[in-house]
Amino acid sequence: MTQTPPPPDMPNMPDMKQYRARQRSRNIALGLVLVFLVVLFYAITFVRLGAQHG
Amino acid sequence: MMTPTINPAATLILPTEWRDFFALTKPRVMSLVVFTGLCGLLAAPVSIHPVLGFTAILCIALGAGGAAALNMWWEADLDAGMKRTAKRPLPAGRMDPIAARDFGIGLSVGSVLILGLAIGWLAAGLLAVSIVYYAVIYTIWLKPRTPLNIVIGGGAGAFPPLIGWVAATGHITAMPLLLFAIIFMWTPPHFWALALFVQSDYAKVGIPMLPVVAGEATTRRQILIYSLLLLPLAATPWFIGATGAVYGIAALGLSAAFVGFALPVGLRQSAAGGTMKAERRLFWFSIVYLFALFAVLVADRLATVQGWQG
Repeated sequence: MTQTPPPPDMPNMPDMKQYRARQRSRNIALGLVLVFLVVLFYAITFVRLGAQHG
Repeated sequence: MMTPTINPAATLILPTEWRDFFALTKPRVMSLVVFTGLCGLLAAPVSIHPVLGFTAILCIALGAGGAAALNMWWEADLDAGMKRTAKRPLPAGRMDPIAARDFGIGLSVGSVLILGLAIGWLAAGLLAVSIVYYAVIYTIWLKPRTPLNIVIGGGAGAFPPLIGWVAATGHITAMPLLLFAIIFMWTPPHFWALALFVQSDYAKVGIPMLPVVAGEATTRRQILIYSLLLLPLAATPWFIGATGAVYGIAALGLSAAFVGFALPVGLRQSAAGGTMKAERRLFWFSIVYLFALFAVLVADRLATVQGWQG
């Protein structure tokens, strides 16, 4: 009896799960970094403008 | 007969975890960089807005992280051959080298640009020099070529308090240069103590660390010489009147203790078959020493501002 190999276009599920989980955690980390940078740049601009006009 | 089929799952490359990117920045080294940078900023005679101060320290940390990532990218093959470093993301095969290189370049360029735009271009220029100093002059040029790699390369780690000070004041004076010199003089005994107890690792991958090239006796003598030179240098800010007695007395006491830890290392002939206890103690004390010295520098400034000392 021969074993049927997995279809060529379908990685097996545990690997895909791990792949998606890592992708997700990286996306969350990157998202947090971007939000942090937006807040930081806003604060820097606020302080610098305040210093010029204060 | 069955035709072999390639299963994409077998070749599926998992994305690198963010923790591995974080590990690439050498967080433990970064803690010392952040601390000395922060102390340089706080010890400066000019106060800086907390948001700008935070930005300056963040950029110093990111710049150091970028330089560390480039160092790990360049030395991945060497790291694979050393027990101490074999589990790092690149030698362990958990990360694509190109991703590590791009991450390092991104952090380096980003940190310099943000520092320049938010604080000033003198501080940003110094940060850029420190990154090039570590990633190119030390990692690529000096480390594989000369046993003096640590002596000259020590300059890379000496930049943070200088950058912190310049971020606050906007210019370079004698005091931040002295802080630079103190870390510059501290680095050789700190690293050579480590090199003494991991020298077989360095020898295996052909890095010409002093104990490997010149032998243990020379290294021990050099450790003692640098430790003795560090003593008056660490107290110089007090001697020239840039700090008060709080710093001066603490610097003399801490540096005397440093010499005390260096003496058994320096006077020992060889530790063949020994446990290298004295060398390990000196290495750990050297870290405590630097943290304590810079903490006292800030305490001294605080005491002066509060009027507790003249």
